[in-house]
Amino acid sequence: MGMFDPLKGFGVTFSTMFKKVVTEQYPEDYYPTAPRYHGRHQLNRHPDGLEKCVGCELCAWACPADAIFVEGGDNTEEARYSPGERYGLDYQINYLRCIGCGLCIEACPTRSLTMVNFYELADDDRQKLIYTKEDLMAPLLPGMEQPPHPMRLGESEQDYYVHGPELARGRGVPSGETVETSVEEAIQ
Amino acid sequence: MGLEEKLPSGILLANVEKLANWSRKSSLWPATFGLACCAIEMMTSGGPRYDLSRFGMEVFRASPRQADLMIVAGRVSQKMAPVLRQIYDQMSEPKWVLAMGVCASSGGMFNNYAIVQGVDHIVPVDMYLPGCPPRPEMLIDAIMKIHEKIKHEPMGPARARLKAERGEELALPPSSVSHARAKDREERLKTVPHNEVAGKRSATIPLNLLEER
Repeated sequence: MGMFDPLKGFGVTFSTMFKKVVTEQYPEDYYPTAPRYHGRHQLNRHPDGLEKCVGCELCAWACPADAIFVEGGDNTEEARYSPGERYGLDYQINYLRCIGCGLCIEACPTRSLTMVNFYELADDDRQKLIYTKEDLMAPLLPGMEQPPHPMRLGESEQDYYVHGPELARGRGVPSGETVETSVEEAIQ
Repeated sequence: MGLEEKLPSGILLANVEKLANWSRKSSLWPATFGLACCAIEMMTSGGPRYDLSRFGMEVFRASPRQADLMIVAGRVSQKMAPVLRQIYDQMSEPKWVLAMGVCASSGGMFNNYAIVQGVDHIVPVDMYLPGCPPRPEMLIDAIMKIHEKIKHEPMGPARARLKAERGEELALPPSSVSHARAKDREERLKTVPHNEVAGKRSATIPLNLLEER
């Protein structure tokens, strides 16, 4: 051990004073997450406002923490919430159980369930942390209307799934906004 | 909680309550109770990048008698439960508990015989923080919300009764909105999903922020 080694150690400390501060001033400044960060869930809509969820419960089955509860319901001619036969009548995610793994997103056959980057979920009330359908539904963008209403964009649900992004443009849904949360388009 | 309970009502004014709460919230000392992976995020929050010492709480005390916030970070096994309770009992009043992560909040994905299904079976929890594990920002957010709770904590039973009669509900908005600089606040509120400001969860955003929107 050399004579100046202790001084060298202090040298490291001293030189740090001239380096850029790494601290993020979080509550005052907000640093965006990675674009595909697993935050809160969102239930998406078709370009005319109908819900994408078909109540198949695949997300609930995929969930390793048993955090999702889905109850499907039948669409009727009088009350239509989604194209096709079935829709999600009741949808709940328990954020006290959800581990944000994203297996539910992978399981979803209609890209109804996606995640947004919002993460500030802490609360002192357990009840409030069980998100119900109205807490998870995506906003109504321009060109959308609140279900129930008949299918506006085609004769059958096939039209919705095959021509989704085109229909969104035709309907005047702002581009870059979220019909889904990403800008991905279905490969035809 | 102590002296204030023995005093006749009307002796302590609201301003004393404010001062006491302000000093309590300004230097919360957490007890180290890292049990699993959440503890890594808790340590990160104390490190230079997120720097909990900005809020006067960088000292994670090893002795419960010096701590007043217990951050339960990780899954609590049945065998750990009595230890957790003992540490809680050893902490001096006033004290708060933060259940960090889904395992501490509800058992999370470990729905089995070995894990306590939420620490609120053992100790009273003041703040539930979901996430697996929650990122340091989420922990700071939860701590900010606990600060907000402490700031509005009634001092003594008389004040508590008064507050209950008024029916005040404490709003807990996302910290990145409530602590944003005035010029950024509008912009920040736009990043919050609309459901967080409407319906059942509307109480989480104070009304003056909604009007600004």
